[in-house]
Amino acid sequence: MADHRRPYDVLIIGGGNAALCAAITAGRAGARVLVLESATKDFRGGNSRHTRDIRYMHRAATEFVTAAYGEEEFWQDLLGVTGGATDERLARLVIRESETLGDWMASSGVHWQKPLRGTLHLSRSNLFMLGGGKAMINAYYDTAAKLGVEIHYETEVQELNLRDGEFVSAVAVRDGAGRAIEAKTIVVASGGFEANIPWLKEYWGEAAENFIIRGTKNNQGVLLKELLKHGARPEGDPRGCHAVALDARAPKFDGGIVTRLDSVPFGIVVNKEVKRFYDEGEDFWPKRYAIWGKLIAEQPEQIAYSIVDSNALPRFMPSVFPPLEAGSIAELATALEIDSRALVAVVDEFNRSVRAGEFDPGSLDDCHTEGLTPPKSHWAKAIDSPPYYGYPLRPGITFTYLGVAVDEQARVIMQNDTPAKNIFAAGEMMAGNILGRGYLAGFGLTIGSVFGRIAGREAARHAGF
Amino acid sequence: MPDFDLVKDGARQITICNACRYCEGYCAVFPAIEQRRFFTKADLTYLANLCFDCRDCYYACQYAPPHEFGVNIPKLMSELRTDTYREFTWPALLSGLFKHNALAVAVITAAAMIITLGLVLAFQGLPVLFGVHLGEGAFYRVVPFIAMTVPPSLIALYGLAVFVIGALRFWRETQGSVVELMNFAALWRASKDAFGLAYMKGGGAGCTYPGESFSNSRMWFHHLVFFGFLLDLVATTIAAFYDHFLGWQAPYPYFSLPVVFGTVGGIMLVVGTVGLLYLKWRSDRNPAHASMFSMDVAFLLSLFLTSFTGLLLLAFRETTAMGTLLVIHLGVVAGLFITMPYGKFAHVVYRYAALVRFSIEQRRVEGNG
Repeated sequence: MADHRRPYDVLIIGGGNAALCAAITAGRAGARVLVLESATKDFRGGNSRHTRDIRYMHRAATEFVTAAYGEEEFWQDLLGVTGGATDERLARLVIRESETLGDWMASSGVHWQKPLRGTLHLSRSNLFMLGGGKAMINAYYDTAAKLGVEIHYETEVQELNLRDGEFVSAVAVRDGAGRAIEAKTIVVASGGFEANIPWLKEYWGEAAENFIIRGTKNNQGVLLKELLKHGARPEGDPRGCHAVALDARAPKFDGGIVTRLDSVPFGIVVNKEVKRFYDEGEDFWPKRYAIWGKLIAEQPEQIAYSIVDSNALPRFMPSVFPPLEAGSIAELATALEIDSRALVAVVDEFNRSVRAGEFDPGSLDDCHTEGLTPPKSHWAKAIDSPPYYGYPLRPGITFTYLGVAVDEQARVIMQNDTPAKNIFAAGEMMAGNILGRGYLAGFGLTIGSVFGRIAGREAARHAGF
Repeated sequence: MPDFDLVKDGARQITICNACRYCEGYCAVFPAIEQRRFFTKADLTYLANLCFDCRDCYYACQYAPPHEFGVNIPKLMSELRTDTYREFTWPALLSGLFKHNALAVAVITAAAMIITLGLVLAFQGLPVLFGVHLGEGAFYRVVPFIAMTVPPSLIALYGLAVFVIGALRFWRETQGSVVELMNFAALWRASKDAFGLAYMKGGGAGCTYPGESFSNSRMWFHHLVFFGFLLDLVATTIAAFYDHFLGWQAPYPYFSLPVVFGTVGGIMLVVGTVGLLYLKWRSDRNPAHASMFSMDVAFLLSLFLTSFTGLLLLAFRETTAMGTLLVIHLGVVAGLFITMPYGKFAHVVYRYAALVRFSIEQRRVEGNG
């Protein structure tokens, strides 16, 4: 147990995966650690509570993954999704260090799930946490507490005090009262700024008002802004965010996985003006769903409507809200509160342009439209089997890419390109160094876990452990 | 019959699970959910009885209260289960016994004890009750053979009939056919899952019970209760065999089969029920429904008293306390068996039926059925 009379060795801001990985690592090294989580205990864990699986390098199949996933393949996958917007040195560090994550996480209380039907498409490269991200987070809090790590909930850090580029203290507010907390080192792992609508508006304008935030409302980016103010070097596209198509009826924050909709490739999508605006069957949905957030964000009032018929309904995963249902296209339009004559016309035109083919959701089939703008390149089937179903769609933000630059010891790099001595960053705060663009399933957790452990280890070392 | 709002809210919650699926590794409930898209009352009844109340999904759920989605599957399932027990029991008139179960079990047990005592006093008299009785047939000198064998057999047969009716009603409700039941591979798998308490293992993690940390204590205590109960049934059966076919009358020697099985089973039951009661007392009340809680406690207490008074009777059977202890024990046993069809014991029937349905369904999905 930590000695409570001496000052904190490591102060950790944030309460998600990266923060807890840092806390556990520093705690195991013997450091006195304090974690400040701005959420309540029930909502602890930031966006990690919505995660499900982690990508990691492994040389052979195990009980939980179906085959090997080596460094080179991992790197190529990352290169593919980022289009080169990545720091190879840091990226390879993450990949190599990820090899020990499976055992490390299990030793920190995480249980794995055996590959099941629902997980098969990722069961070679990714480990699935039994029960998902919140179960993982619960295990980490439990492990951290047993190590003597102190955890304060509902405590929001608003300012950092630095002297000569070195961290001195953090001003934390709890129950309306602020106080300065001193520590030898600080690990900042408090996520991105995707829940800060005014900040999003700087890049997206008024459209940001209609964005749905898939994760925690606590990711306000306060510490990101604070670090940048103190001269940390920004990394990652400030305008960049991972945006997907969500059910418009989703809660504003924390709707997580269940509000996503996979109906798009199996029907058509129109905007408020009842016009189609993009090829719904351009490519496989897992490769396309992340562009639909941006596409909808560009439509009037940031809303769109996915229209399918009863043949299409069983083809995609059920989602949280039942679709609006009607016996005719005109009635469906009324239910969706869009112009019914226009929708009938759009569906008729679409149906006329569909060319019969061999329908196969498992391949880029030859069911396509002819003479239609925009076209639907695959899986185009006439929408003609009542009842008809409609889902309203809105852009949903998963995370933002802007962060601070770090080195291989997770030290924050300042504007003069020198690393800060005792300021470390991990997780979404610095993921933009490695994932500057695009998305790779389960890789956000990989970066957070690897850099969380590095930050915890290096912070403890700096504090003398 | 679950009310409309419960079914509606249940379907809403389960639809959230079906869109999430993070919990599919914990137990059978979630893979069963994934086989469906819409959820009727019959589906909910089936899923509720498939749930072993391990509560892992509650603590893992990012949508659990205070999240606005308010997903609380263990609580929903326990409420639906009490509705199942009420709805499928026979006669409908007695389904109210499930409602105030703790009270019903207490009153019936007390009444059974008083009636036994009254009959002994009326027909045998005080001297017999407080006398020392030794050797073969000692118990029958306090409570005559006919009184000790006929009413319990009738009560047991009655209970069995109620459960057969309940199981048939459950099977019909969940759209099962009799032909389907002739699936021995499925029955075998269901039996394995039932005897092994497969879904109290939470996919390898254990139960988050009584609190939010994983533990296997609930599973082990339950094993003690279940197998202790079976051992006591075996002991009773052997004793009946001795009595009816070999003409050997109780009490039996300490190292005879009925006493050894009975004692080991009794001790297992005492330890198991006390353990489960302790865990229940410590347990988080949020993922439970109050009606199920009271049913659990009533049944556990009833089992505890039965085994504990049985052990006391064994210990003091050669003293003047034997008569009194025998009356108390028989009263408690009568209370246990009379209330059996109208209390928590019902879970044995419906859980097993749900496991059979699940294994039939899974074999179909896997292409073996």
